[in-house]
Amino acid sequence: MDGKTKKKEWKNMSTNVNTSLPLEFQTEQNRMNILGFWMFLGAEIVLFATLFATYSVLSTRYAGGPTPHELYDIKGVMIETILLLTSSFTCGIAIYEMHRHNKKGLLTWLIITLLLGLGFVGMEISEFIHYVHEGATMQTSAFLSSFFVLLGTHGLHVSMGIGWATMVIIQILKRGLTPVTARKTFIIGLYWHFLDVVWIFIFTFVYLKGLV
Amino acid sequence: MGIKWDRFFITGDPLILGSQIAILLTMIGIVVLVSYLKKWKWLWTEWLTTVDHKRIGIMYILVGVLMFFRGGIDGLLMKAQTATPDGQLLDAQHYNEVFTTHGVVMILFMAMPFLIGIMNVIVPLQIGARDVAFPQLNALSFWLTFSGAMLFNISFVIGGSPDAGWTAYFPLAGKEFSPGIGNNFYAVAIQIAGIGTLMTGINFIVTILKMRAKGMTLMKMPMFSWTSFVTSIIIAASFPILTVALALMTFDRIFGTHFFTLSGGGMDMMWVNLFWLWGHPEVYIVVLPAFGMFSEVISTFSRKTLFGYKSMVGSIVGIAILSMLVWVHHFFTMGAGPGVNSIFSITTMMIAIPTGVKMFNWLFTMRKGRIQFTTAMLWALAFVPCFLIGGITGVMLAMGAADYQYHNTLFLVAHFHYVLIPGVVFAVFAGLYYWWPKMFGHMLNEKLGKLHFWLFVIGFNMTFMPMFFLGLNGAVRRAYTYSAESGFGPLMLVSAIGAGILAIGFAFFCYNIYWSARYADRNISSDPWDARTLEWATASPVQFYNFAKIPEVTSLDAFWYMKKKNKGLKFSNDELEEIHMPSNSGLPFIMSIVFGISGFLLVFEWKIAALVAALGILICLAIRSFDYNDGYHVPVDEIKEIEYGWQNKEKGVEKHVN
Repeated sequence: MDGKTKKKEWKNMSTNVNTSLPLEFQTEQNRMNILGFWMFLGAEIVLFATLFATYSVLSTRYAGGPTPHELYDIKGVMIETILLLTSSFTCGIAIYEMHRHNKKGLLTWLIITLLLGLGFVGMEISEFIHYVHEGATMQTSAFLSSFFVLLGTHGLHVSMGIGWATMVIIQILKRGLTPVTARKTFIIGLYWHFLDVVWIFIFTFVYLKGLV
Repeated sequence: MGIKWDRFFITGDPLILGSQIAILLTMIGIVVLVSYLKKWKWLWTEWLTTVDHKRIGIMYILVGVLMFFRGGIDGLLMKAQTATPDGQLLDAQHYNEVFTTHGVVMILFMAMPFLIGIMNVIVPLQIGARDVAFPQLNALSFWLTFSGAMLFNISFVIGGSPDAGWTAYFPLAGKEFSPGIGNNFYAVAIQIAGIGTLMTGINFIVTILKMRAKGMTLMKMPMFSWTSFVTSIIIAASFPILTVALALMTFDRIFGTHFFTLSGGGMDMMWVNLFWLWGHPEVYIVVLPAFGMFSEVISTFSRKTLFGYKSMVGSIVGIAILSMLVWVHHFFTMGAGPGVNSIFSITTMMIAIPTGVKMFNWLFTMRKGRIQFTTAMLWALAFVPCFLIGGITGVMLAMGAADYQYHNTLFLVAHFHYVLIPGVVFAVFAGLYYWWPKMFGHMLNEKLGKLHFWLFVIGFNMTFMPMFFLGLNGAVRRAYTYSAESGFGPLMLVSAIGAGILAIGFAFFCYNIYWSARYADRNISSDPWDARTLEWATASPVQFYNFAKIPEVTSLDAFWYMKKKNKGLKFSNDELEEIHMPSNSGLPFIMSIVFGISGFLLVFEWKIAALVAALGILICLAIRSFDYNDGYHVPVDEIKEIEYGWQNKEKGVEKHVN
């Protein structure tokens, strides 16, 4: 950004559009929204870290209930993991298409992302239902309380993300690719990748560690 | 759903019956008054839907004043109960409820709204911005705080107050030992307010990082903005812990999980850890902005630039880091062993170092300054010795081995009141006397202010100084009564009388607000204190767009040097441009009501109904997502008119400071 553009920005930052930047960074309000979302993700990291800490403290307190060995089914978990990791990849492609100003490509990959996300949520729900049928509810033991709340919080985040991204897709369809819709899509992308990272931790510290 | 209607309204206690009638009459009174004055539309358009940071700040401060009153009544009740041995005013249960709500209300609904309110009004002005980064989110933050405060406050007439202490330790706070719904109010109401606070933190981080006026580097930023910035970071880093802790508490109480219970493998001390992992940083969240206010007030009224600016910044950052590393000192008696206790003793004592640096900086700022003894400055002066007592007794408590003796006694209670009242309440009063003209266009009366000051400070010392000695003599906290043989009677009585004096002091403050609103001189300068920072470069009260032209900053104390060099303050009309402003929105208000309703239903464990109400929150979020209102532009002619109006007034103003 050259000095002249910058000077103009100080005067009128919310309406000035700097077209030399990627679409989502073109206005000052957009840049603030993206920074704000990074700060929100920082808070989310603390939130999940607290849940992980709780889980690690309680993870061996079975109170006579089922243990991870009796409960976890690694095959289902692997499929969930692949679905979510792939969705993160397709989300990356969607943002790449957005930067190429390819609206159709963006929408296609975004919808694929959400379908994969839906598949993940569906599998997770059926996993939970299966556990409950086996008599492993969140009231059974401290281990299961922390298991269900940690995974439930993640699953709820993914579900909210799907609903939220759907609204953004509608807005892209209605308004096309503008700095505003591009910013919203970019932020959804950040959120989606973040949830993926959290899942990697869940996969490692909940499932793998539980089965070792 | 098994609603126990007989437990819905609390009955049988004359004090609570009186409150119920008083609340009902007040509500009817407000509705009648607003209707009579035909102010409903004004209330909606000017306040309930506003996104203006100054108005949101004023509403926060109003909540703070009201909650100070409520928490203060709780405090007075406790003092009246323990004024004499074997007091009969309250029974044990009622006393438990009163000290619980006193703590929660004072920390979360008095201190926080006061400080965030002043941050809201002042920080954007100090950094030369037109609003915060996310004005509508800011409104939502306020309304969620409000909603949480109201939900918490109705607990004592509907359903029953929480009674497990403001720390709500398990297993006492669990369903097993507190089967009523009182502690549900604790879990849900604080959750709602906490979400609002978290968003405030994020909002101010972005505002301060991205919206400073040209030339204002971080190291040229006024100290209050610095402390607000660091506070916002601590908020973002610690409030999610509270969110999780309260959510787990809610799960334990309402959905039968086993996080903190005695049965099912739960671990009660984990609550204590999580609570203080948030709770200790919270202490610094409230005290850092207060330090910032003292810095501004002391610098202005000593007519000197702040001494040791860089070391001030270093110490607040140091305090912020240390604040995360000391939480175990709240429960040395848990039995974590000498190794753990020693580490946390050392980190706790280390906090005294940056705090001491700040103390000396304030003293050196005053040294050789021409000190003006305004009311605001008096609060800052009284703060130094009082806070010192609080700090030094804090170092005493920090010693793990000795803490076994002080733990759970009135010594501790005296300590944290000596930290929080000078550290926060004095600061808030100093800030209000100092910035009142910016908010309302008139000053608070200095004579009444000084009466308020002396009564409050004397009352405060008289209330809490005896508690140190009572505690050392073995008087435990949270005990609703004691015997005459214990010998606590005389000091307890002194303490109770002190509380009365303190309350009279606060009454003078309220009267001062009323008196000044009616009679104070409106013909005052926009810079009545001859101050140093950019907020004083605006009109009093501040024009809604803050700055007609964003000033350029070249140094610390920017406004002071602009005045001295007579440079950068005036601008010609052709430099003006249209100003972009955000539009008002009713959504934050409506959303917080939905939050409140959903929370209320959850408190009563009507889970399905609460879930249905929570769908309303999602609908509000969806509406917000589809909202493309991009604000409006203020035309140049309107700016010219407003600027001409206040800048020309400056010539014939009355001086009120000498």
